[in-house]
Amino acid sequence: MSLKNVFARKKSVFIPYITCGDPSLEKTEELITTIESAGADIIELGVPFSDPIADGPIIQAAYNRALKQEVSLERVIKIVEKQRKKVKIPIILLSYYNPIYKYGIERFVSSAKDIGISAVVIPDLPPEEAREIMVHSEKKDFSIIFFLAPTSTDKRIKFIGSQPAPFIYYVSITGITGVRDSLSSHLKERLQRIKALCKKPVAVGFGISNPSQAEEVAKIADGVIVGSAIVDIIGKNLSNPTKPVFDLVSSIASCVHRVKCSTKVRLK
Amino acid sequence: MQKLPDKNGHFDGFGGKFVPETLMSALTELEKSYLSAKKDKDFQAKLKELLSSYAGRPTPLYYAERLTKKLGGAKIYLKREDLCHTGAHKINNTLGQVLLAKRMGKPRVIAETGAGQHGVATATASAMMGLKCEVYMGTEDIERQRLNVFRMELLGAKVIPVESGSRTLKDAINEALRDWVTNVANTHCVIGSVVGPHPYPMIVRDFQSVIGKETMRQILKMEGDLPDYLVACVGGGSNAMGLFAPFYNEKLVRFIGVEAGGEGISTGKHAASLVAGEKGVLHGSLSYILQDKNGQISVTHSVSAGLDYPGVGPEHSFYKDMKRAEYVTITDKEALKGFCVLAETEGIIPALESAHAIAYTVKLAPKLSQDEIIVVNLSGRGDKDVETVAKILKEGT
Repeated sequence: MSLKNVFARKKSVFIPYITCGDPSLEKTEELITTIESAGADIIELGVPFSDPIADGPIIQAAYNRALKQEVSLERVIKIVEKQRKKVKIPIILLSYYNPIYKYGIERFVSSAKDIGISAVVIPDLPPEEAREIMVHSEKKDFSIIFFLAPTSTDKRIKFIGSQPAPFIYYVSITGITGVRDSLSSHLKERLQRIKALCKKPVAVGFGISNPSQAEEVAKIADGVIVGSAIVDIIGKNLSNPTKPVFDLVSSIASCVHRVKCSTKVRLK
Repeated sequence: MQKLPDKNGHFDGFGGKFVPETLMSALTELEKSYLSAKKDKDFQAKLKELLSSYAGRPTPLYYAERLTKKLGGAKIYLKREDLCHTGAHKINNTLGQVLLAKRMGKPRVIAETGAGQHGVATATASAMMGLKCEVYMGTEDIERQRLNVFRMELLGAKVIPVESGSRTLKDAINEALRDWVTNVANTHCVIGSVVGPHPYPMIVRDFQSVIGKETMRQILKMEGDLPDYLVACVGGGSNAMGLFAPFYNEKLVRFIGVEAGGEGISTGKHAASLVAGEKGVLHGSLSYILQDKNGQISVTHSVSAGLDYPGVGPEHSFYKDMKRAEYVTITDKEALKGFCVLAETEGIIPALESAHAIAYTVKLAPKLSQDEIIVVNLSGRGDKDVETVAKILKEGT
């Protein structure tokens, strides 16, 4: 299914995140199918990077675990290729820009597209610097997902809303990834502003840590992204993360999915 | 003066703003404030006043007669940035940026530091202007630059140890950027070199250009001619860019940037991004960087903490590609020799960073004729390194 179609369905979209190679690539293969069976609508796979400036300690630790085993973009692409046939939901990648730049921008877009990756999220690549990757993506009908943040001005909301991507990734807090006790008090207001200025579906990530927070966000956004909370569970169960990840993902999925679309439409 | 960077912060393909969306508005705000301050006569007058009455500018251009005679070639002049308040050129930039932070109404500044000189210079400017200051520093650097840690604390700054990655400058920058992403509303991030996302490479170059402007005036007065060579060490590249940039259009003046060769390029234990690196994106800009085959950033090595960095300012990458400057390396051992030679012949103990520039000059000068002129940027003084050097020399004997 395409990302566009997933967002067109009448329920909120749940996007869990894990880092590839954390705790090992074999476990990642297993976790991908686990996460689909636990009710995810899209899965986001992180490519480890040595200098992740947008990430807090939990995801930094996951990157380090993966880098110790020399997990690279090349190897991530290989395991996704293997898993792609086994899972039906869309797979998106998250990678900092340098591993992609080093791999080769055109080569990356074409490998990713060919193996069935739907899009890539690049935390350190604003649209201003994305011209080269966009040229290749448009040729291949591949998507680059851009971010909006609490600090984005109206002008930037319109600019990013006009980019050819199936959805926008809204960073819910002014800060880095991590588990937070509560949601930003301005979240609803900010999402309303974004909705007033652009028509794209908006998925919210950064700091959403448990099922009840996810449900709250699902009421006001088109999608919910949960990363650090899942990565934290993996970090605490390195020898066998499958069951704890299944439990957490399925409990968040059921909370996100029980939000009726009618409620969402009214809030928009 | 050159017209770059362009309005997007690019130096012909290098530079740019490769940062999380959260910082994009802050970078725009910083650029606007800087450009308006640049035109503001009061701001410029205040900065000029601080540079002269507080930092001690202009710094002397000193004819190193004994070193010149010893080497028996070109005439060697030293631009004495080591005589600046706090002991290095870093204060030129921090006075400018902290003044800018104040103008933007930001009560808190943060900085990253490697050798500790930029941290000390930021703490100094913050103390003098009454701003809250926190400095990120890798634990390996805290170990080898203890004196500077204590200086920062005396100046009222909080030094935050960074345990991640290689626990050096690169990781301190990561942590400073994470802090800035989180506290961008009330915080200005004082980047200490010509690195980072636009507008930093431009701002730091402009604030450091006072070095080259003074040098040009001084050498014309002393020699009635421009120098043939400008030599400076390059980690991130701020002291080199500050010296080079005002001479950009003087095509007969050759620029030589000296990178940290560590234990030798072939050992892989070095920090020579321009000489041995490839294009890549680190800390917000596209430049030459040291990375592995998968695009992971390499762990670097240099005896000098201030050069121990896997990236370099994008304008240096631009200079390299257009062949405006030549970049060379000096090993740890050669740098130590340069350190000792300057102490013995001229009674000046240089910073280990600047000792790289001295060591290259020791190689270059004898090959040149006596009517040629070399200006070496003596970017900092070596008090901070005396303990490290003593330890190495003791081990060596």
